[in-house]
Amino acid sequence: MSDQPTTGSTATFERVADIIAETADIPREKITPESHAIDDLGIDSLAFLDIAFAVDKAFGIKLPLERWTQEVNEGKVPAEEYFVLKNLCARIDALVVEKAAKA
Amino acid sequence: MRLEYFEMIDSVRSLDRAAGRIEARALVPEASPVFEGHFPGYPLVPGVLLTETMAQASGYLLLAHLDFALMPFLMAVDKARFRSFVGPGAVLDVEASLVHDGSGYAVTKAAIRTGGKALADAELRFRTMPFPDGLDAPMRARARSIGLLDGAAA
Repeated sequence: MSDQPTTGSTATFERVADIIAETADIPREKITPESHAIDDLGIDSLAFLDIAFAVDKAFGIKLPLERWTQEVNEGKVPAEEYFVLKNLCARIDALVVEKAAKA
Repeated sequence: MRLEYFEMIDSVRSLDRAAGRIEARALVPEASPVFEGHFPGYPLVPGVLLTETMAQASGYLLLAHLDFALMPFLMAVDKARFRSFVGPGAVLDVEASLVHDGSGYAVTKAAIRTGGKALADAELRFRTMPFPDGLDAPMRARARSIGLLDGAAA
């Protein structure tokens, strides 16, 4: 957790916002770095998995959704750590860096 | 196939775990209550059951891939195409391949051919989750009965 950057890069946000707009049919202008995917954008779990698939493909990563879900359900991590877009983008950036380091 | 029991796959012909690919066979029955309505006097396997057939081939592929640790449940069907009609007595060659193994979900592409002719294809997505109580054993038994693990190449 503490080793994660606090916000994702602008380029990552733009890419993720485009994916969300297209996948979940949400007007692009409604999507901001502060948007909460569930509370603000109304994305349900099925749509979130559609987005995860598009993000996995676009960034060549595997979002650890099972671990995140477990952490949120167990109260270890507040949901906004994963579902507020700037935080989600920071985690995507970290996964991309992690993958590059392993390559 | 036992259409009314949703047992769509009769046998697994090959399973390549490393490549993430399965080939299976399904024989359309000569008679089924399904054909009484679809359609009277002109029996055709419904597209939804061809979709289910592709989903089940994909599901068995995923069960093998996940080593029966999680159960796949169909959650999305994309780009489904039904390219020809098929009726009683047809032999269906069903294949599915793993497109993406996500966390808590998986994506496959599947297709059905009959007599070498393309019949249906689709991209399918599954939620993968722990087996609900009591489902593990019957799924393993069903997988065994169609030779899922006998056909494993790797």
